[in-house]
Amino acid sequence: MAQVVRTTLALASLTTLILLVVAAPLAWWLATSRAWWKEAVAALTALPIVLPPTVLGFYVLIALGPRSPLMSLFHPFGVRTFAFTFTGLVVGSVFYSLPFAVQPIRSAFETVGARPLEVAASLRASPLDAFVNVALPLAARGFLTAAVLVFAHTIGEFGVVLMIGGAIPGKTEVVSIRIFQDVEALNYADAHRLAAGLVLFAFVVLLGLMSLQRRADVRRSGP
Amino acid sequence: MIRFRLQGRFGGFSLDAEAAVPAKGVTALIGASGAGKTTLLRCLAGLARAGGEVVVGEAVWQDGRRFEPPHRRGVGYVFQEASLLAHLSVRGNLAFAEKRAGEGPGPSFAEAVEMLGLQKLLERSPQALSGGERQRVAIARALLSRPRLLLMDEPLSSLDAASKADVLPYLEALHRTLRLPILYVSHDALEVASLADRVLRMEAGRLRGPAVELGGADPLALLEPGQIQALARAALAAGISAPPGT
Repeated sequence: MAQVVRTTLALASLTTLILLVVAAPLAWWLATSRAWWKEAVAALTALPIVLPPTVLGFYVLIALGPRSPLMSLFHPFGVRTFAFTFTGLVVGSVFYSLPFAVQPIRSAFETVGARPLEVAASLRASPLDAFVNVALPLAARGFLTAAVLVFAHTIGEFGVVLMIGGAIPGKTEVVSIRIFQDVEALNYADAHRLAAGLVLFAFVVLLGLMSLQRRADVRRSGP
Repeated sequence: MIRFRLQGRFGGFSLDAEAAVPAKGVTALIGASGAGKTTLLRCLAGLARAGGEVVVGEAVWQDGRRFEPPHRRGVGYVFQEASLLAHLSVRGNLAFAEKRAGEGPGPSFAEAVEMLGLQKLLERSPQALSGGERQRVAIARALLSRPRLLLMDEPLSSLDAASKADVLPYLEALHRTLRLPILYVSHDALEVASLADRVLRMEAGRLRGPAVELGGADPLALLEPGQIQALARAALAAGISAPPGT
């Protein structure tokens, strides 16, 4: 059981880390660009909210399979497929949780607005300098929300990880799938332990997030 | 000299401004609201893009071929409303400017703090300041970046009378002690009279230099006809009549 929890936590941490890095520039572009097609990109990144996880999982599975043109790029390195591997799980999770990272960060950047960046420019800060030292810290709350949502959402996913990972014990089996298998085997004691653990985990995460946001609000409105 | 010739359309508004003013002292930019004063300032700073040229001293900020982005212009900008960086303390805001300052002359950190009376505010967060205090920090911050030209967009207009009276003396002191050229947008005749060396007037997006030098000039030259009438009515109501023989 410890192995399953470890795999789950590793998957959620890695997905969160990757998504914070990937979503920041994407959310920035969505918040500041005036390109007419940006809302099309926004809709594309929001698709995983609407699609059944099996659909997403199915396409990612095909894209990571040995016959996909994408994977042929990896053939020279001796990698034929990411299907049913931990790497495949991470790739699938990143796509599945993308909207949960992009949307809070985008709206945080939109709340920051153009003025602080104009101020930074008038103080001789280059655009990159202003992004790192003004936009990012002012949008910190959006990043915190994104991190918590992505982490929790990844722990809770089922369909995508089942499609891509195949629940191989020790490699791609995660908590949510193990609960399903325990129940199928009428092993209710183990299912209870994991399920109750997840309930407690979800509660603690949400409580922590809310109190952190409250503290940020208090700091913002002054002493 | 500071020379500019700028033309551009912004939505339904068209800007057509041309003037040259000495690169010292305070030049007031006056005109009714909607005349395009803020737009002109934004174009001078490079925050908005108009065609034409801007030359400050030896430095060409823009001409037909190039357009220096705002962060390479060495332009200070004090915005109309508070614009302190909310994630930094007063000290942090000032340090942000000092760290990136240009080569030119300008006050040191301690001098700027002293000049604007910020000694007791340094550790506060911007949210804990009054409107007048925020503008004083914003002015000190602009000075610390050592700009070659300081643009001030009605820095007092969002303040109540008491806060205005709180900031105005600092601005007058600034004017006396610094050699930095300032372009100061205002539509308050009193502010202009107490701060400006010369005046540019803008109407419906149009500006044509040269500036009217103040000091010895007719003080009524600053006022709109309506303001002169109001002044006359106030004088009459107060029992002041025109001197005999006029």
